[in-house]
Amino acid sequence: MKSFTYERARTPAEAAASVAKIPGAKFLAGGTNLLDLMKLEIETPTHLVDVQDIGLDTIEDTAEGGLRIGALVSNTALASDKRVRRDYGVLSRAIVAGASGQLRNKATTAGNLLQRTRCSYFYDTNMACNKRQPGSGCAAIQGFSRQLAVIGTSDSCIATYPGDMAIALRVLDATIGTVKPDGATRTIPMADFHRLPGDTPQIDNVLERGELITHVDLPRPIGGQHFYKKVRDRASYAFALVSVAAVIQPDGKMRAAFGGMAPKPWRVEAAEAGLHEDRAAAMETIFAGARPTEENAFKIPLAQRALASVVAQTRS
Amino acid sequence: MNGKGELAVSRRGVIVGGTSAVALASLPATGQERVPAKAPAAIPVKFEVNGKPVELTLDTRTTLLDALREHLKLTGTKKGCDHGQCGACTVIVNGQRINSCLSLAVQHQGDKVKTIEGLGTPEKLHPMQAAFIKHDGYQCGYCTPGQICSAVAVLDEIRAGVPSHVQDDITARPSVNADELRERMSGNICRCGAYSNIAEAILETAGAKA
Ligand SMILES: Cc1cc2nc3c(=O)[nH]c(=O)nc-3n(C[C@H](O)[C@H](O)[C@H](O)COP(=O)(O)OP(=O)(O)OC[C@H]3O[C@@H](n4cnc5c(N)ncnc54)[C@H](O)[C@@H]3O)c2cc1C
Ligand code: SF4
Ligand code: FES
Ligand code: FES
Repeated sequence: MKSFTYERARTPAEAAASVAKIPGAKFLAGGTNLLDLMKLEIETPTHLVDVQDIGLDTIEDTAEGGLRIGALVSNTALASDKRVRRDYGVLSRAIVAGASGQLRNKATTAGNLLQRTRCSYFYDTNMACNKRQPGSGCAAIQGFSRQLAVIGTSDSCIATYPGDMAIALRVLDATIGTVKPDGATRTIPMADFHRLPGDTPQIDNVLERGELITHVDLPRPIGGQHFYKKVRDRASYAFALVSVAAVIQPDGKMRAAFGGMAPKPWRVEAAEAGLHEDRAAAMETIFAGARPTEENAFKIPLAQRALASVVAQTRS
Repeated sequence: MNGKGELAVSRRGVIVGGTSAVALASLPATGQERVPAKAPAAIPVKFEVNGKPVELTLDTRTTLLDALREHLKLTGTKKGCDHGQCGACTVIVNGQRINSCLSLAVQHQGDKVKTIEGLGTPEKLHPMQAAFIKHDGYQCGYCTPGQICSAVAVLDEIRAGVPSHVQDDITARPSVNADELRERMSGNICRCGAYSNIAEAILETAGAKA
């Protein structure tokens, strides 16, 4: 691991200003992803701004009837919250489907959103990887790509966004609140937060340098039955091959977002109306333009079956 | 575009590798010259371990795991993968289990850390330790301190109502059963495969307490 200096910020504004001011500085939340990558020298920050003392660790009711989740709320606390379990079950389910109990105790809401890909070539510093080292090439495209993305990819990167929580946040139309180093705040819809790789796969999301996530807002509850189905190589403690977050209403109308398929949570609202009438056709629209490799083409029928199994579970 | 198996090592990496395979393995292939290291940043860290206050001055890079093992000589906590993948390093911080390998010691100023040495002693075993012995919940024993710390915290998590992936009804209070324990313990890998005896030991401890 490269040497770095360390500070604890006391307020969100102080944290954002520190990271903006010091070249090579990064925020440190739980550390479960950043430290992992620092040990491999994939991330090499010169300075860490620990945000554990800046507050932002509560879940509050909003005036609109939704919830405001502080950026530092742990995955365990978020999944355990009574209001979340009652009104946003898909979110609790997605979180407890991810990582392990130990990791969820330390992982934060913001850190989870910002976790980097699990492409094994990204992790192997001997291999070409445009995301880790821009311009070096992509060893995955002609390599082992079984785990990797089928849609939203580019010629420079086919990595997935690996997380579970974000898939549920996408289906719930959550928004992300941030503060910039100059004190300006903004609200970013989940749909616009993670980026597709294009020819700059090193940039995962739309955050600017020093921009701190302060909270995630959930709109008022939408009812329905909530599901998170995760298909993986072992029953627990493994990343998704394919996952689906779905909210299904009593009349059969549904929302569905997919994980493990793309560089971001994959949801096509325009096709959702068709999902309860002609699911096969709607799924074709959702994954139109997919460019799977020979090794990961199985993900498209697997996503269809994952959604079919969720629909079969609905109680009338 | 690089194909399968093609290496992207820098020329410098290749030269170094020619003389020392170990150096190659630890060199990041950034293609950049390594600058001479500055004096590493060291800062004072104070926390409590097994009820006793400790004060250390540590390189910022020191993980909680290395602080416990290398600096405090509490070698009960084990290093398996050092990447959050095996659970051997599990300790209980402020009442919650975490992977001490994925946490910097400096993140724990003021925290209360409990390790396997603080749970019980050979003379006065924690009930979970006694149950692991009774049920043969180990073979080589390497994963065992992590398993036991994790198991003690799991029962607290169930009591506190933390939900799990195997619950049918996510709003319900979780119960103690073999499926729940297997799911909740999945962050602790056992290479010897003592899983069913581990599950029995935890079940018995839960029952004895209930
Ligand atoms: C073995 C293993 C298995 C895992 N399995 C899963 C899984 O199945 N599913 C899953 O979803 N995840 C999984 N994870 C990933 C885990 O969920 C993440 O590591 C965790 O959520 C990251 O949160 P953190 O708070 O520790 O982030 P950190 O590591 O502290 O930070 C991550 C990044 O976010 C930045 N950051 C943190 N907070 C802020 C903020 N407020 N504003 C701006 N930037 C910020 C940091 O600078 C850093 O770049 C796994 C991890 C491991 C090690
Ligand atoms: S798919 Fe993306 S992350 Fe994986 S090797 Fe290629 S560029 Fe790197
Ligand atoms: S050593 Fe920490 S999880 Fe393996
Ligand atoms: S007892 Fe040997 S690894 Fe678990």
